[in-house]
Parts: sequence; C-alpha cells; structure tokens
Amino acid sequence: MTTHRNSAPAHTRSLPIRQLVLTLLGWSIALIIFFPILWMVLTGFKTETAAIADPSFIFSPTLESYQAVQARSGYARFALNSVAIAFGSTLLALLIAIPSAYAMAFLPTKRTKGTLLWMLSTKMLPPVGVLVPIYLIFRDVGLLDTRTGLIIIYTLMNLPIVVWMLYTFFKDMPKDILEAGRMDGASTLQEVFFLLLPLTLPGIASTGLLSVILSWNEAFWSLNLTSSKAAPLTAYIASFSSPEGLFWAKLSAASTMAIAPILILGWMTQKQMVRGLTFGAVK
Amino acid sequence: MNRTRASGRTVGGLRTLSLQAPAVTLLLLWMIVPLGMTIWFSFQRYNLLMPDMTGFAGLENYEYLLTDPALWSAMGTTLLLVGWVLVITVVGGTLLAVLFQQDFAGRGIARVLAISPFFVMPTVSALVWKNMMMHPSNGVLAWLAQSLGLPALDWFSSLPLTSIIIIVSWQWLPFALLILLTAMQSLDEDQVEAARMDGAGPLAIFFFITLPHLKRAISVVIMIEMIFLLTIFAEIFVTTSGGPGLATTNLAYLIYIQALLDFDVGMASAGGVIAIILANIVAIFLVRMVAKNLED
Repeated sequence: MTTHRNSAPAHTRSLPIRQLVLTLLGWSIALIIFFPILWMVLTGFKTETAAIADPSFIFSPTLESYQAVQARSGYARFALNSVAIAFGSTLLALLIAIPSAYAMAFLPTKRTKGTLLWMLSTKMLPPVGVLVPIYLIFRDVGLLDTRTGLIIIYTLMNLPIVVWMLYTFFKDMPKDILEAGRMDGASTLQEVFFLLLPLTLPGIASTGLLSVILSWNEAFWSLNLTSSKAAPLTAYIASFSSPEGLFWAKLSAASTMAIAPILILGWMTQKQMVRGLTFGAVK
Repeated sequence: MNRTRASGRTVGGLRTLSLQAPAVTLLLLWMIVPLGMTIWFSFQRYNLLMPDMTGFAGLENYEYLLTDPALWSAMGTTLLLVGWVLVITVVGGTLLAVLFQQDFAGRGIARVLAISPFFVMPTVSALVWKNMMMHPSNGVLAWLAQSLGLPALDWFSSLPLTSIIIIVSWQWLPFALLILLTAMQSLDEDQVEAARMDGAGPLAIFFFITLPHLKRAISVVIMIEMIFLLTIFAEIFVTTSGGPGLATTNLAYLIYIQALLDFDVGMASAGGVIAIILANIVAIFLVRMVAKNLED
C-alpha cells in the first residue's frame, strides 16, 4: 500500500475527498437496499395502529405482535416444520453425498467429470416442469402435506450442489495426509472417519449451511405440496397475503423471526455460498 | 493396453461405482420418473375433474396450448420479467461490485447490508414490498411520493409487472453483487495501477480491464439467474396471483393454474414440457461453461 501511495502522489492528494464521497455513496446505496428489511424489523415492534400510520422511526417499541403471532397462529409449529425439513433434508443429503464425493475426489475414473456435470444438469430441471407428476405421486402415496415429503424433495433438490461442494473441498485436501494414514495401516473407513471428515469439517459444515439456507427459503414446493400440517415458514408467511390477514405488525414480527437465523447464517457463509451456487465457476 | 492397469482401473471403478450408487440412482430416479410422467401426461387426455375423459390425446394438448393466447401472454410476461431483472441486476450488480471494491469506511458492513436481501425467503420479500413499501395509501413509497408532492401510485393495479420486476430485482441484485464481488477479488491490482500510471482514466480502466475480467462471472450470473427467473413463482403467488387479468401470469404460474386450480393434468404437463425445453436451452450453455472450468 505504502509503495503505491508514494508512486502516485496525485492520486494520494485527492484521497480524503474521494474517501468521503465513496463512503457516502457506498453507505447510502447499502442502506437503500437494506431498507425494506430494516423497516420490516422496526414494524414488528410497532402496534398495528402505528404500523399503518405515517412512516416514522420514532415509536414506543412493543412485543405485542410477537406474542400475538405465537398465540394466534402457533408460529412455533411452523418454525419447527422449517427446522425439521431444512435440517432433515440437509443431513440426508450429506449422508448420500459424502460417499459419492469421496469416490469422485479420491477414486476418479474417466467418467467422474461426466457424472458431476450430469448431476449439475439435474439441478436445471425447472420444478414447475415436474410439478404435476410429483403432486400426483405424493397424493397417491400420502406424502402431500407431510414433512417427509418435503424432506425428500429438498434432499434431491440440493443433492447436486452438496456433492459438488464436498467434491471441491475433498479435492483441495492434501493427498499426502490420506496416504500417510494408509501407510500406517488405516482402512478406508478409518481413513474417512478419522482423517477425511475431521480435516474437511469446515467445508462440510459450510456445505450443510448452504443446503439449510436453500431448503429454508424454498417456496415453490412448500407452497404447492403443503397446506396446514407440514407447512414450513415460507408457506406460513404466504398465508398473510389474504386480505383478512393484513396485519402488518404481525406479518413483520413473524417475518423477522423467519428470516433472522438464515440472514445470520448467510452473512457467515457468503464465500462458500458463491462456490456452491456457481458450481465453482467463480472463485 | 496394459492388462494389470486395466484390471486395476476396473477394481477402482467398481468401488467408485458402489460409493456413487446412492446419489446417482436417486438423482436418476428424480430426473427420469417425473420427467417421463410429464411427457407421458402431456400426450394424454387427463383432467382430474373429468374422470371419464381419458385416452391418448396425441398433440391435442400442445395444439390447444400453443393456440391459446394465455400461453403467449405468459411467455411474453416470462420474457419481460427475466429480461428486465437480468438487465437491472447485471448492470446494477457490476456497478455496485466496483463501488464496494473501493476502500471506504465501514465497507465490510455496507457489503453485508447490500447482500442481505438474497437471504430473505421469497414470500417475506414479496409481502414486505407489497404491504409496507408499495401499499397505495400506507406504504413508504406512497408516503415518499406525497412528501414530494407527487400522487401516490397504486403499484400493483397500475404497474403490476413492474412491481414484480422491482421485487425480484431487489432479491437478485445482491446475488449478482455477491458473485461479482468475489470475482473482483481476483482482479490484478498491479495491472490497474500500471494502467493508471499510463494515464488511463477510471472509465477506461472499467471498460478495458475490469469488465473483461468480469466477463466470465457475468455470464455465470446471467445463466444461473435465467434458470431461476424462468420459473419465478412465490413472488407472484403472494402478491398478484397472476393478475390483474393475465398481466403477471408467467409460464410457471400458468402451469400452476392449469394443474392445481383447473386440475388439467394433460394441459399442465404440456406446459411443463415447454418450460423444461426453455430451461434446457439455457442449461446447455451453463453446463458447457462449467465443464470448461473443470478442465482448468
């Protein structure tokens, strides 16, 4: 940095003003983009009357909407559905994907690349294209409006991304360590459980988080395949769209609770997110 | 061919095969069964409300669908929605990536704030915008307009598609920003500095260094967004329900209406096949690009 500044004195002189302008511009844009979320969080702490009054940042905060959301609609039940579905499908996807990614990273054949690309291509099938058969199958086997149904769908939906991400993490692992383990007489299972999994745990964790985020926010299948019993938060929030459900403070309180955990997870996993969402095409 | 090497490969191949079997089998089923059913249904007379009407329909569903103005209206809406959101998010995302790459006070936090909408579930985004932002009398935008002495706009009845485009762009602009910011980080600073020393202005640097560097990331953003945007559903479902009229009915919503509201399985399936074909045209390019990257 210092050398750059010394070599470009003209550039350095304009720095304070440039800094100020950039800071103002950057923050204004960031705040405008973030505003709807901020407004939603604030509205959640207002009374229903204050929520529809003229916009104001000054109000006496209350928790009544939060209490009402739980008391009237049983928010916790939907949250529990979301947790069960997001974590259930993620665990299942990891279980299925780890052996597959292991094989691709450590026992590659000439078909590995093709398999990876094919897996990716299944992700490109638009859900609406298979809505009808999935709906009919689910109706016939009694999976409509069940957590199991959505867990199956989300597992399959995220499996390509999970395999892909695990593959890139496994591949980045130094081969010597596994080799050394093998020399010391570790079996494949020992190798996987005592070397590979502990060493790639951060990668596995961020893969899992991405899968949780994607399942948590998924709204096509949850709206079409669940109604009341197994509805996760995406579908529960949608129920506020009916005219009689227009309670902005309650909608805001419920929404804030629904997005807060994912927002925080999202902030933490930005980098891995890029890797997973672009299938490694952007590093 | 060396015999031992060949057999070694087969043993390895067998192990690979068994380890991959669960994932591959499941994905194969996930792809083939519903896809096959969709294609099959699309050639059938099959309406859940009319159980007597069955049998092979040939191309009837496609014929009906392709001559139905609703389909063409939905295709147009889909195209407008995808096109506008792409323009807004890619242009906006590139400019913002350049901005957020500069050094300024609190840049880290500003970045996090700007990326946040991408992590908000679609039903929440849509309802927050519909109610608290765009409501004709109590929304923030109406209040802003009135403070400026302008008439408040009833967004969803006078500009329904524009409203949807704004909401969807708000969700996907952060995605473009996130990807492009990541790509920005591999930009060679020395090259930029050298260009600056040679007297290149910021615009020249942007067009001749930054933009070419981002080319590949931008195309990835375009393709991934296209695949998701082609079948935007939840945002329409909770705001306009496809209306007024067909103003905001895209292909995904049209299929939903035919399938789960009209129970016309045959027709909805024909629509599904069309959606799959559209998505695949995009997907081929994306897969090819990723494949190229895999070789590097």
